[in-house]
Amino acid sequence: MMLVIYIIAVIVLAPLVGGLLTGIDRVITARMQGRKGPSVLQPFYDVLKLFQKESIEVNTMHRFFVYISLIFVIFTTVIMLLGGDILLAFFALTLGSIFFVLGGYASNSPYSTVGSERELLQMMAFEPMILLTAIGLYYGDKSFFIKDIIAARVPSIVYLPGVFLGLIYILTFKLRKSPFDLSMSHHGHQEIVQGITTEYSGKDLAIIQITHWYETIIALTLVYLFFAFNSPVSHLIAILACIIAYLLEIVIDNAFARVKWQHALKSTWVITGVLASVNLIILSFFR
Amino acid sequence: MNTISILVLFPLLASIAVFLVRKDAVRNIIVRVCAFTTGILTLFVVCRYFKDGISLSFANRNTIDMIIAFVEVLIAAYIILIGIKNKKYIVSIFAAVQTTLILWFEFTQKHGIDVQSDIVFDRLSAVMVLIVGCIGSLILIYTVGYMKWYHVHHEEYKERKSFFFSEIFLFLFAMFGLVLSNNLLWMYFCWELTSLCSYLLIGYTKTPEAVNNSFRALAINLGGGLAFASAIVFIGMNFKTLELSVLTVLKPELMVLIPVFLLCIAALTKSAQMPFSSWLLGAMVAPTPSSALLHSATMVKAGVYLLIRLAPLLAGTSVGKVITLLGAVTFFVNSIIAISKSDAKKILAYSTISNLGLIVACAGIGSQESLWAAILLLIFHSISKSLLFLTAGSVEHQIGSRNVEDMDILMQVSRRLSGYMIVGIAGMFLAPFGMLISKWVAMKAFIDSNNILTVIILGYGSATTLFYWTKWMGKLVSNANRKDHIKHTFHIDEEIPIFIHAVLVVLSCFTFPLISEYVLVPYLSGLFGPGVSMPLGISDVNIMLIMLSMLLILPISFIPIYKSDRRRIVPVYMAGENTGDNESFYGALHAKRKVKLHNWYMESFFGVKKLAFWSNVLSIVIILVGVLLLIGGITK
Repeated sequence: MMLVIYIIAVIVLAPLVGGLLTGIDRVITARMQGRKGPSVLQPFYDVLKLFQKESIEVNTMHRFFVYISLIFVIFTTVIMLLGGDILLAFFALTLGSIFFVLGGYASNSPYSTVGSERELLQMMAFEPMILLTAIGLYYGDKSFFIKDIIAARVPSIVYLPGVFLGLIYILTFKLRKSPFDLSMSHHGHQEIVQGITTEYSGKDLAIIQITHWYETIIALTLVYLFFAFNSPVSHLIAILACIIAYLLEIVIDNAFARVKWQHALKSTWVITGVLASVNLIILSFFR
Repeated sequence: MNTISILVLFPLLASIAVFLVRKDAVRNIIVRVCAFTTGILTLFVVCRYFKDGISLSFANRNTIDMIIAFVEVLIAAYIILIGIKNKKYIVSIFAAVQTTLILWFEFTQKHGIDVQSDIVFDRLSAVMVLIVGCIGSLILIYTVGYMKWYHVHHEEYKERKSFFFSEIFLFLFAMFGLVLSNNLLWMYFCWELTSLCSYLLIGYTKTPEAVNNSFRALAINLGGGLAFASAIVFIGMNFKTLELSVLTVLKPELMVLIPVFLLCIAALTKSAQMPFSSWLLGAMVAPTPSSALLHSATMVKAGVYLLIRLAPLLAGTSVGKVITLLGAVTFFVNSIIAISKSDAKKILAYSTISNLGLIVACAGIGSQESLWAAILLLIFHSISKSLLFLTAGSVEHQIGSRNVEDMDILMQVSRRLSGYMIVGIAGMFLAPFGMLISKWVAMKAFIDSNNILTVIILGYGSATTLFYWTKWMGKLVSNANRKDHIKHTFHIDEEIPIFIHAVLVVLSCFTFPLISEYVLVPYLSGLFGPGVSMPLGISDVNIMLIMLSMLLILPISFIPIYKSDRRRIVPVYMAGENTGDNESFYGALHAKRKVKLHNWYMESFFGVKKLAFWSNVLSIVIILVGVLLLIGGITK
């Protein structure tokens, strides 16, 4: 019974927090650009408005993928926030992302297809780092379960500094921030229009927004895991770390121009290879 | 006569019978009946001996040995002749040397070596027999339908169907023999027989390319056969045994590791691992069912089967480490090369090499977790890969091309066929499906055995694997609506085996906890003693099964939503220049231009040609390091 309440709480609260973060993001970004910016609740208004708009589509297939994608992203969020297996959560997330990519293909529209290819490329770029993060976290307590990882005696950041930096690097992909927002951008000034989301409108677009809110929470949970351990205070520190990481990403978003895909892939793989791999290899020597 | 002997010999009889019948209609019936019987026999044998296993010893062993020696001489003579005739002298040399070696051993050294059990049927053999028997017979049934149209589409090739079917049955005979033999001499005979069969199948069309590729396959596999023969002689002379089961319980010291290393080389050639992978890529010139056979149920699986058998000797040894590294490199490099290919069969070939690399890496580790993963990978890979090859064959018939770029119209041509293909692809890499489950455990096994380098390679390799499969899937769902394609019907005798395969893919994922409980755990307990359990927690397994059910239920649950929420359909966005049919746009000077959407291949980004060359060099270096370690006497 408690489990059901937890699950419902996660499903309801995660997008609320995620949406709020997006709102804060927009305000801070505006201030950095010398604008006043919208209200903090603007993302919610946007989504509500999208739900009331007429949804048009280019064929009957492509909306299906967006809904499935949302379901698996929610699934991932639930697994993670209930302390489940982190690798399993990643696999479920990958499944969700793949459905999203397939949605882009299914519209068979030039801009969406290019967006899908780019999204896939981004996934190829950050996937090794994500897996290595999970493996690094496993080293601490010999468990892939998040509930064990956050109950460890030492915070993971102590022995995984390299992995953490690598994770921060790929967080930019996960949060769809510049310089790595190749497949679709929050800002309507991309060379491939709205990329993968070009052909979605109304309800479907709202669903994509909500999916992104969940994904934001998933990304920040990863940061959280590096700082939380069995002392209660550490959870406050961890939340603080998430906030700092998020602010950092906003600064990066505004400070960098979008890069070419070659650069995105190469740099991410090199960063993963250097920071995370070296970190893990050193760790494996001390076992 | 024991049922197991019947199971082994039946395909041989079928092979002869099919070869003799020249009338299409009659032969098709015979093939179907024989394939069906093979399947039933397989199930019967597995049910009968599954629980307790059995080991057989033959009283007339010497007679059988003589027959085998005689046939070996015949095969060798044939290979030497065709080698000379086609100026491929390397083949002749290999065949002459190894046959002489084996005959010398047989007639001068073998006296006094006692063999306790010639045939051993345990849970691992059960798995292999099931794969060979069931997948093999399904492929046969498919082949009947496929070959009906093959020569209609390819009039340029000479029709040799009875030869083709007969080879496939012979192949099944060799595979049954191989996975059931505990007597290394018998196993070697079957080993050589599979090399010969693959040579004959690859060369089916007799085009210069096919002949060339078939000789390459033969040369590489005979090279492996030479390593096998040397290993047998070494084992026989030093340990006075010819039994695999005796070999695998020896202590892994230097004298044992030398023949084990030779056997591993043989296995690597058969499983098409780098640097020996080129033969499998050449093998796709043959009609598709033979590729399905080589890639899934037979041939390449023989190599990893041997490695899994040898795994107890590999665990923690220098040979094991070399094999693991080789497998991991093969896995990663071939998944990158697969990205750069657009020919469906080529992608499948590279993915086979890549996935077998993973199995090889697992076998090299030799821990209980890694073997659990290896066997499961073997099972799932066989089913999914066979399904993919069969669908690829049918797709070629349907749309006249096996280029993935052309498959964007497949949804329009045959919804069911593209559905089957999507199931096959999902089975190869997606979350709740089998390959991923085993990859997950493999990863755990690598970490627990402190092979962090392999884990890192696996991380990168998974990412590249995801890329090439998803973009293929993307083409399948893209639902392009071109009007210029011709409508074909998807024949029922092709569809039935494909459908069964697709069901098997899904079913095997649902039942993998049972496979683990009744096959893997008992087998591994036999090796590692009691205390073996499934490497995945029960909660994880449950979540996996929930995900799988969701994937099955969700598409259906969307039907009512679609019914209630009909929407306006608009043309796709082309910056306002869509001509209205979604196929073309107004370009410069208001000229109509076709829209062409291509996948990314990134050949120049990864530098595929260079990469292939250097990774082959690297894998040769890894093998040489293995040789040096053994020469230096380093076994740990």
